[in-house]
Amino acid sequence: MNIGRSYRWLALVSPILLLAVWEILSRTGILDARYVPPPSEVLRTLVALTRSGDLPYHIGISVRRILLGFLLGATPAVVLGLMMGLSRAVRAFLMPIVAAIYPIPKIAVYPLIIFYLGIGEASKVSIVALSIFFLVLLNTMAGVMGLDRVYFNIARAYGAGPRGIFTTVAWPGAMPAIFTGLKLGMGFALIVIVGAELLGSDAGIGFLIWQSYQIFAIERMFAGLLVTALLGWVATIALDWLERWALPWRSEH
Amino acid sequence: MTGAVTVERVTFRYPGGGAGIFDLSLEIAPGELVVCIGPSGCGKTTLLHILAGLLTPTSGEVTVPHRANGRLPTALVFQGVSTFPWFTVLENAEYGLRLLGIPAPLRRERALRFLEQVGLAGFRDAYPYQLSEGMRQRVSIARALAVDPDVLLMDEPFANLDEQNRLLLQDELLRIWQASRKTVLFVTHSLDEAIRLADRVLVMTARPGRIKTEVVVPFGRPRDFREIRRDPAYGALSARLWDELRDEVLKAGG
Repeated sequence: MNIGRSYRWLALVSPILLLAVWEILSRTGILDARYVPPPSEVLRTLVALTRSGDLPYHIGISVRRILLGFLLGATPAVVLGLMMGLSRAVRAFLMPIVAAIYPIPKIAVYPLIIFYLGIGEASKVSIVALSIFFLVLLNTMAGVMGLDRVYFNIARAYGAGPRGIFTTVAWPGAMPAIFTGLKLGMGFALIVIVGAELLGSDAGIGFLIWQSYQIFAIERMFAGLLVTALLGWVATIALDWLERWALPWRSEH
Repeated sequence: MTGAVTVERVTFRYPGGGAGIFDLSLEIAPGELVVCIGPSGCGKTTLLHILAGLLTPTSGEVTVPHRANGRLPTALVFQGVSTFPWFTVLENAEYGLRLLGIPAPLRRERALRFLEQVGLAGFRDAYPYQLSEGMRQRVSIARALAVDPDVLLMDEPFANLDEQNRLLLQDELLRIWQASRKTVLFVTHSLDEAIRLADRVLVMTARPGRIKTEVVVPFGRPRDFREIRRDPAYGALSARLWDELRDEVLKAGG
């Protein structure tokens, strides 16, 4: 980003200001601290939850569900996306199904998934996989289709068969688009996993928030929200780092 | 006779039905450097793609050397973007060898030898975005040479370069060609480039392309560009080629 150095500190001012105003409003009683606990209280709860091991446990569960879901969803999505990008026939064959299922909010499928797979880990991992599958698939396909034809011609001129084109042109060439899909997917995965844990679960960040609601522990609900935001932020940084590491050939870095 | 190219009455029609080239014949002797010029869209690239095996002619006969073990009969140097941005310089140079199934240590060594020839051995681990256009084109030339083709096909490889780099690369190409004596078919828009490089210049007609005429370049080898420029024969040759080309360019719609 091309924000001047002198403006960069302004980006820190707004969140600090917001927290400060919130703290004051809550402490002076203008906001009822029982309903809107001050940030300091939320922080104290966060520390306590971390000490007790509750928070690491629930974060661990949610992260594991997201990672497994990513693996389960992204792998077939990339393979199928490359094939759809390369072959007009495969595209014509599969596109109507993809176009029909893609717009369905995946959380709406969750009851059906629970019905089939039960309330355990399988249904959580599956809903994450399902929520990122189409994003990664469509981005991968678009990535292959957007490649300059000359790369395919070079490959063929040097004797590449379908396998050679797959591994030396389509796969590396679509990598930037695949990462775009994964990054978009990460946002969806968080939404969906927390949603799924709210609806039916016995662990995870979403469960923590829901359970806190049931026992009227407002500061724990805020702590859960904060952790979710933090999780999204860390995931974005991790994916950016992974992208730089996997794609050293991109000139933007 | 290794390295000879024969094209006999070849016609290529696009799937839509229009002819890209029509009834085109040409012969290139082994080790000859032939330059083909013609108006834009006359089918020069189509001709090269047919010779490289990327396109199959609708009718007619094409004879290029047979495929031998660990080598390719023809190698095509593309115009414009022609290196894979996701491969390093070395990986680009060894690309053809990798597809030929040559083991990694061997192909690495072979690719490096040709990177050295084009002066890029020190950039083996760089990515194309870190190179200039001229350096990228050198990488594609190294990649083409690495598969040890009998025939080098070059599709306006220097078109996007500035004049100085163009001169440098023409020099290098001539040096490499003189050392390897590969058959070269070189396509260009530039009359100067044609005269500097060629044993023989083929002038193509407007689309559908055929060979309109051929002109033998009278200058010897090695060729010094500064000297031949001063030679009155240079001007005469340039004028003659332009006369041949002019009508075709006008026919092609300028």
